[in-house]
Amino acid sequence: MSNAAQQFLEAAGTITRNLRHRGLIQTALRKYEVARDRKKSAFNDWSSARQSAAETKWDAINHLDTYLTEFTSKIEARGTKVHWCPTGPEARDTIRGIIRDAKAKCVVKSKAMTAEEIHLNEALEKDGFEVVESDLGEFIVQLRKEPPYHIVFPAMHLTRDEISDLFERELGSSPTREPEELTMIARRALRRKYIQADVGITGANFAIAETGMVSITENEGNARLTAALPRVMITLLGIEKILPKLEDLALFLPLLATAGAGQTVTGYNTLYGGPRQPGESDGPVEWHVVLLDNRRTELLADPEQRDALHCIRCGACLNVCPIFRNVGGHTYGTTYSGPVGSVITPHLRGLQDWKHLSNASSLCGACTEACPVKIDLHHHLLQNRRNAIGETPSWIERLAWRAHAFVINTPALYQFGQEVARIVEPLRLRLQGTPLDPVRSWTRTRDLPPVAPESFKEWWRNRR
Amino acid sequence: MVEESPMNAQERILARIREALTVPAPKPGSHGHGHDHGRVEAPAPVFSFKGRPVHVARAWLPPGGSTPQEHLTRFAAASAELKTDFRCVESEAEAHAQLRQIADTEGWKRVATHHSPLTDAASTALARPTLFTDGGYVPDDLEVCEVGITTCDVLVAQTGSLVVNSRTSGGRALSVLPPHHVVLARKDQLVCDLTEAFQRVEEMHGQNWPSMISLVTGPSRTGDIERILVLGAHGPKKLTVLIW
Ligand code: SF4
Repeated sequence: MSNAAQQFLEAAGTITRNLRHRGLIQTALRKYEVARDRKKSAFNDWSSARQSAAETKWDAINHLDTYLTEFTSKIEARGTKVHWCPTGPEARDTIRGIIRDAKAKCVVKSKAMTAEEIHLNEALEKDGFEVVESDLGEFIVQLRKEPPYHIVFPAMHLTRDEISDLFERELGSSPTREPEELTMIARRALRRKYIQADVGITGANFAIAETGMVSITENEGNARLTAALPRVMITLLGIEKILPKLEDLALFLPLLATAGAGQTVTGYNTLYGGPRQPGESDGPVEWHVVLLDNRRTELLADPEQRDALHCIRCGACLNVCPIFRNVGGHTYGTTYSGPVGSVITPHLRGLQDWKHLSNASSLCGACTEACPVKIDLHHHLLQNRRNAIGETPSWIERLAWRAHAFVINTPALYQFGQEVARIVEPLRLRLQGTPLDPVRSWTRTRDLPPVAPESFKEWWRNRR
Repeated sequence: MVEESPMNAQERILARIREALTVPAPKPGSHGHGHDHGRVEAPAPVFSFKGRPVHVARAWLPPGGSTPQEHLTRFAAASAELKTDFRCVESEAEAHAQLRQIADTEGWKRVATHHSPLTDAASTALARPTLFTDGGYVPDDLEVCEVGITTCDVLVAQTGSLVVNSRTSGGRALSVLPPHHVVLARKDQLVCDLTEAFQRVEEMHGQNWPSMISLVTGPSRTGDIERILVLGAHGPKKLTVLIW
């Protein structure tokens, strides 16, 4: 078993017994479900909207080279510098170089999962730059020196009391139980930072090929401030974020907001097409767009699971997943958790080390049902299981299945097996829970169904 | 390690993409078998864009209403839900009167705005010390203003949103740094839905895009603490929309 798998099992074992955690997550997600269902019902036809979105994303991803070239040539024409980065370390070095050239001290950052993916903050802090997360949830988990718990709701595992204690300890504020006051503490702490920072780093939700623009979705206004006041702006963007046309946003913005957070559209959806243009009164004088591959092209090369690149990171599949709801976001030990994380992490970080995530699923299909771009998530989990076992076949398992097939296909042998099972059943029951139990690894967490006192065949015979 | 020039990295990524795409992927919704799951046929026309068919998704989305009156009703309903203070008034004079009244209640000492016919008239009516952001400003001066007053490109009935941009709405920060954002608009700027809004914005700017275009939907908000709604996370705590 890989280290990652061992850690997953241990963390899951602990947290599933934590009733406080479960209560918190269930309450938060129940609120989400109510809001989402209400907003979904405002659509004329939700399922057709999803289908349209899936088709649009299919087109974008399956013509990625054309659209990316169109996007970059348009955005460069207006004075933006585009950096192509095949790997995480290359993207990190590019960004460090830009910040060094800008002679920056303070960097303000809005939410970007791609930055988590390449561990950007650690690298910049090691270089001696101050990096301030401006999204409230991200700000909170940064103070706790923790990765985000959820790709959309980074601090959903914390209570207001924990946040108040944290602020008291780290910012010297007085304790409060009001979410409003806690928010204002963060607002005040960050306000000066936007003005002082020399560099602003943002992520992005969509890249529009037709017009050469990046679209950033947020509720708080922190990304808008990050993109308005610092002298230099850097946007880190996965290559899969492409959409062909500006008009596509009319579909994708409501879909993202409804599926992800139960909103009609998110508070601010902002398009950026360049650094400050002639005649404009503010905005960065330099804008760098950093395009990140980081093994996305490997996922692209798998036609069966290519649609995983359609993901718009709405978080809906996490919210509905019975596994996520029980083990929580940190247990996964990955940047992207939940069903989509379980599907793509083996591609991004190695199948053998991360194949256990394919089994962290009940295959109920709730994720596939929830996904606004109709990614076939639960089938991809099955495919990852198949691929993992195909790479390293286990002869014990093969032998066991052969034997099973043989017994099942030989009625006399099967009947004999039933007789034997009925005879040894009382003995097994007495051994259950002791180290002598032969099926201990199963019965430790589950019940073995009892052997029926008579088979259906016998019952039928006796009845006549 | 060898230093790679940016050109090489670009070519490397594009080559990998092209190589990957030599094997086609199944169309969405087919699960590799060719069924369509619950697909309703589009009543809207299917047209072609750069050789690919486009489903006009507009028909599936939340509706925005079909008459100007319906647009107004929807915008008002969406505003109420978003906690936008939406006021539809009879005339510009009445808009100014309301503005003065808000200014008195909130005790505005410094107002920030930009030059345009609507905002110029409003700042004259307000008669308070005013920062105009056109042509550059010091961020600290804007930070101390209690309100940013701007125009907008369009208002969207479907979602209760409005569109501001960095060229004709006073820059990137004016509509998001001060704690109160006031928008002045005319009724004919109200459009049905996002599709129409994007079309209008495109017509307005042609290929000469401002560097930022923002679709603003309600005041700044967060639910990051126990999923409880709080207004004014980093942007404006209040959004007032005055139209006539
Ligand atoms: S896989 Fe689908 S549901 Fe999950 S985050 Fe991505 S877009 Fe949302």
